[in-house]
Amino acid sequence: MKTPLKFDINLLELSGVAKRFGGLSALSDISLHIQRGEIYGLIGPNGAGKTTLFNILTGLYQADSGHFTFNNTEYNGRCQPHVLAQAGIARTFQNIRLFANMTALENVMVGRHLRTSSGIWGALTRNARTRIEEHEIVQHARTLLNYVGIDRPHQTLAKNLSYGEQRRLEIARALATDPKLLALDEPAAGMNATETENLKELLLSIRASGITVLLIEHDVKFVLGLCDRVAVLDYGKKIAEDVPEKIRCNPAVITAYLGAEPNIPAYAEIQS
Amino acid sequence: MDILLQQIINGFVQGSVYAMVALGYTMVYGILGLINFAHGEVVMIGAMVAMSVIQLLISSGLPPLLILLISLIISIMVCMALGYSIERIAYRPLRKAPRLAPLITAIGVSIVLQNLAMIFWGRAYHAFPSLLPNNSHMLSGAIITEVQILIVLVALGMMGSLLLLMHRTRLGRAMRAVAENPSAAILMGVNINGVIAITFMLGSALAAVAGMMVSANYGIVHYYMGSILGLKAFTAAVLGGIGNMRGAMVGGLLLGLIESLGAGYIGDLSGGFLGSHYQDVFAFFVLISVLVFRPSGLLGERVAERA
Repeated sequence: MKTPLKFDINLLELSGVAKRFGGLSALSDISLHIQRGEIYGLIGPNGAGKTTLFNILTGLYQADSGHFTFNNTEYNGRCQPHVLAQAGIARTFQNIRLFANMTALENVMVGRHLRTSSGIWGALTRNARTRIEEHEIVQHARTLLNYVGIDRPHQTLAKNLSYGEQRRLEIARALATDPKLLALDEPAAGMNATETENLKELLLSIRASGITVLLIEHDVKFVLGLCDRVAVLDYGKKIAEDVPEKIRCNPAVITAYLGAEPNIPAYAEIQS
Repeated sequence: MDILLQQIINGFVQGSVYAMVALGYTMVYGILGLINFAHGEVVMIGAMVAMSVIQLLISSGLPPLLILLISLIISIMVCMALGYSIERIAYRPLRKAPRLAPLITAIGVSIVLQNLAMIFWGRAYHAFPSLLPNNSHMLSGAIITEVQILIVLVALGMMGSLLLLMHRTRLGRAMRAVAENPSAAILMGVNINGVIAITFMLGSALAAVAGMMVSANYGIVHYYMGSILGLKAFTAAVLGGIGNMRGAMVGGLLLGLIESLGAGYIGDLSGGFLGSHYQDVFAFFVLISVLVFRPSGLLGERVAERA
């Protein structure tokens, strides 16, 4: 039994999480733990179940079995999204899901929704408390936009930002919820080399600010170069969990990615 | 008398009513992708309730403006409760159903409300008690009544406040976020069901006010009044671009003007063959034209068919 008094080095601990879609076993018996302050990578071929795991962690899917402990509290994998958001799990999406017709600033301001409270009464009366809160929301959102490096006017509509900016805006919006765990679904997808490098620095800086980072990424080089530890999923099963150096030469991982015959050029890329 | 100016004034007054009702259609469509065909009946119930409250209070000796205010508040509250109940009972269970199901349900709710109103208030045309002095002003050859001035002012005020609510408050941002992307909004801790309920309640409050306006303007209340008014407001919402709030306001005012000018000049244009009682034709001509030539409406953007 865990008690909140004891400091647990693990921020997130999954045990036996499973999810089926009809006859397809998307995740089977996944157990892993993520330590506080880590950058933890989740890799695996397409359809390995990485995004499904994210959806369970954020409450968009309900797990069929298993449970997880987050920040000393146990969850049964069938929680409502806002409960987990409140607990401090924030995420971005593989296919960017911004509020496209709202400004960059407003997108981040919506992210503050969770940590603010004024409702219809405040909206109608515009009382002092509401105005102060609104002012704080704007300030916080501006700080975060600058932090992730969006230097365009903050009134730009989200849909008019460049692709890389949209990805960073999504991170800023997730940060606005004051997460303990930031889960990023392929943040580097479609980015050029410079943008990827900037993203890496951003993630290191986020970790330095005390937020644990969980990362799904297809860019193996990026993951192995950034993460403290990496788990590899294949067909819904965890086939490896280790530090990057060990993952690089894990035979099961190489087989999952490349098939049984490791003598093709892409193998060299993983090795490099 | 200046016919052109007169028709523009009439059109503007009628248009502000359309705009208020159109907002209810467009807000619900923006969030749920559902056309709430029962919305016109909410307008009718709003007018009926206001009429009944006024009739109750008219002999009490209270000042007319106070009676008006009380009946307005009661009518708004009844309509908000009605809007909430419609969503809760008729639409929420069908949230994940194919979109035809809630559409048919909406028509069903509309028929139920109409018949309930008929049972409760009867089939007769009721006179809407006139509380405000029926003074009118001449405006370079055209007549505008004080009731009409009040209608336009209240409508503009309410629409302005609604835009402020949507763009300047935490609640409004949450509502827009849900309309844009529900699955992302839910992760920001936005209570989707709460936002949807508030959307229905706000739309219904506007409908209640619109119902009072239209009956105060024409002096008549009838259980069937919501149906044609609802269709025209829906047309206005489509004209402006359904789902777009500014579009609903522009579309409402524009439709009022088109209708009024059309009715004013159709006699001259057709050589006396068609009279002003054909004014309803214009709204539906506009509806068909928009759907054929610019389905996204004036301010709407081209969006892929929503699932």
